[in-house]
Amino acid sequence: MKTLKDSTVGSTVTVKKISGEGPVKRRIMDMGITKGATVFVRKVAPFGDPVEVTVRGYELSLRRADAQMIEVI
Amino acid sequence: MKIALAGNPNSGKTTLFNALTGSNQFTGNWPGVTVEKKEGRYKGNKEVVITDLPGIYSLSPYTPEEVVARNYLIGERPDAILNIVDGTNLERNLYLTTQLLELGIPVVVAVNMTDILKKNGDLLYPDKLSRALGCEVVEISALKGAGIQKAADLVIAAATDMKLPEISHPFSKEADRIITDVSDRLTSVPEEQRRFFAVKLLEKDERIGSLLKQTPDVSAEIKKMEEFFDDDTESIITNERYGYISSIIKDCCVHNVKETLKISDKIDRVVTNRFLALPIFAVIMFAVYYVSVTTIGDILTGWTNDTLFGEWIVPGVSAGLQAIGCADWLRGLIADGIVGGVGAVLGFVPQMLVLFLFLAFLESCGYMARVAFIMDRIFRKFGLSGKSFIPMLIGSGCGVPGIMASRTIESDRDRKMTIMTTTFVPCGAKLPIIALIAGAFFGNAGWVAWSAYFVGILAIIGSGIILKKTKMFAGNPAPFVMELPAYHFPAAGSVLRSMWERGWSFMKKAGTIILLSAIVLWFLQGFGWINGQFTMLSGEQLNFSILAKIGGAIAWIFTPLGWTQGGAGWQMAVAAITGLIAKENVVTTFGILFGFAEVAEDGAEIWSALSGAMTAAAAYSFLVFNLLCAPCFAAMGAIRREMNNGKWFWFAIGYQTVLAYVVSLCIYQIGTFVTTGVFGIGTAVAFLLVLLLAFLLLRPQGENDMSKIMAKAKVSG
Repeated sequence: MKTLKDSTVGSTVTVKKISGEGPVKRRIMDMGITKGATVFVRKVAPFGDPVEVTVRGYELSLRRADAQMIEVI
Repeated sequence: MKIALAGNPNSGKTTLFNALTGSNQFTGNWPGVTVEKKEGRYKGNKEVVITDLPGIYSLSPYTPEEVVARNYLIGERPDAILNIVDGTNLERNLYLTTQLLELGIPVVVAVNMTDILKKNGDLLYPDKLSRALGCEVVEISALKGAGIQKAADLVIAAATDMKLPEISHPFSKEADRIITDVSDRLTSVPEEQRRFFAVKLLEKDERIGSLLKQTPDVSAEIKKMEEFFDDDTESIITNERYGYISSIIKDCCVHNVKETLKISDKIDRVVTNRFLALPIFAVIMFAVYYVSVTTIGDILTGWTNDTLFGEWIVPGVSAGLQAIGCADWLRGLIADGIVGGVGAVLGFVPQMLVLFLFLAFLESCGYMARVAFIMDRIFRKFGLSGKSFIPMLIGSGCGVPGIMASRTIESDRDRKMTIMTTTFVPCGAKLPIIALIAGAFFGNAGWVAWSAYFVGILAIIGSGIILKKTKMFAGNPAPFVMELPAYHFPAAGSVLRSMWERGWSFMKKAGTIILLSAIVLWFLQGFGWINGQFTMLSGEQLNFSILAKIGGAIAWIFTPLGWTQGGAGWQMAVAAITGLIAKENVVTTFGILFGFAEVAEDGAEIWSALSGAMTAAAAYSFLVFNLLCAPCFAAMGAIRREMNNGKWFWFAIGYQTVLAYVVSLCIYQIGTFVTTGVFGIGTAVAFLLVLLLAFLLLRPQGENDMSKIMAKAKVSG
């Protein structure tokens, strides 16, 4: 199972499923990372975390730990 | 007429609000939370009150801002909603719109930043968008002031006509059928609000029950929906909303085909580049610090304190009162107590305004979000936010603007933690104390100053780790899922307004506590008994004052810290108390108490007297106590203002003082044990305290583990 956390910088992935529940999951989805959305992994912060992605035409940053909840293909 | 202004953060909402209301604004707080509430009257029609809702992405029940916004929309039922959406980021902005349209309140959508759309060569079709959403759509540019009048006219018309949105957004057939089933059962709710409540009930929103007269059991419908879509209802509905937006967006907004790199992307390529990010960050932070703390800010504050108040106003008032034959004590009270106290408040204002100007600029141009992005990795380990970096950096100059800088942190929990720990960083006024102790006891060794910063940083890290495991901080883990807004040049008006609002709120709220404390301490210092007679004292007679008596009475408290050993216990206690007015007072107080009217900034004259009065271990414990304990009154005023809650204020001050006491005790007792080899009860207590600290640091998150926190946050929030 591949997650957004494992995706390399510069790659474009499609969201398959988001695991977990509660505020973090809702927040991720509210921000537009939903099933079928295209996510471009833009860069990693200088200290290695968080990551910056482009989704629905804007820039979003999220922590690797949270990116692990997002299953992608 | 009540109009609510709603929209995503960074959509230009504040700029639009300012453009609509001008100077007719009043700020307050939403009930029960520290979220700021702004209202204003529309410039064109004073009957129209506009409420600026907090910037939100959704109407979920998870953040205080979202809860405040939806409670207002449902409870107060404004006559219409003006929903501002960022035209360059339509897809995500319309997600909130789909939720607002369900509330049964007239909505007008204002698409902002249309000037940027045109520049990019993107085409927006407002009429098509209007038909797809079922409400009026108007193009505006809040920054340029275009279309604002029209937006206001439309929203007033919508409110007057009670023109409800025609909810056209079809979810998939199955989802829509279940939502309709539930809304048909909500007979106690007015028809136009049923869809909103039906969706919330299906989402298992636990906060919505309190807003309904009777809550029907919808578990059967939830089960049906979850089985059909093989997902949980919250996700299904989010998916449906975004699915609907994707289906309409292609017709309503056509992006320029030749995908050129936007200016913002070009800036970001450099600014958060893997190799350049940190050097650029360091340069920007240095510039902010250099200008607002060491140069312009310091000059302005120094001038206000020393020249404006010190040489002109206070002596002027004093001379004036003398000329009219005013009694000495009253003259002292007015000139030194009240006017001097006001001066202590106002002295910080110029420096603060310079800092707030920078912060407002960094926030509105988009760099502040990048600061959090860069520093998050380091700070979140200690329960702080990446944005805590700026308060701490500023705090090394002066704690007062440092604490005020915590405003930029959105998460309530991270902000409180930052406020509590910022003053652990040695500020400029603590440097003379460090110089005094280093000179008198350690032959001016450089390590004393370094160790002071080290102790400060350790206190921050340790406090972060200890506090995040306590009940006070257990709730609401802030998910770091943060938008990095496009860079843009902010409107000068908005930046200046934000600067002024923050400065003014400091003067109003922090001012009272500072003034009051300054007067009380002026009295305790300036009056006392000479030869059994209660009288007003001159500056050099401090050792006869009420304060000296208090110092003598409480000196025993500091015996475990080694202060009383050389017989100078009460002097040290008094010095620590006068340090509350301003930390550099510690040195001058020692000077007076040891018989010198005037001492140099590092107190070189009293080094020998001081070194005879205590051991090196006791001196270092005194230093650490003064570094960590409750900060000066001005900083306490700032803490009171920013916590906006008496309980939290006392918790912060109490925590700082207890921590200072414990750490100083351990330093003295263990230091004495190491240097002299004598093991007493104190040493045993110190080792026990070290063990306790270690336990608090290392204990597992325990029952506060993430899943339970989330469950709790969901229920009680």
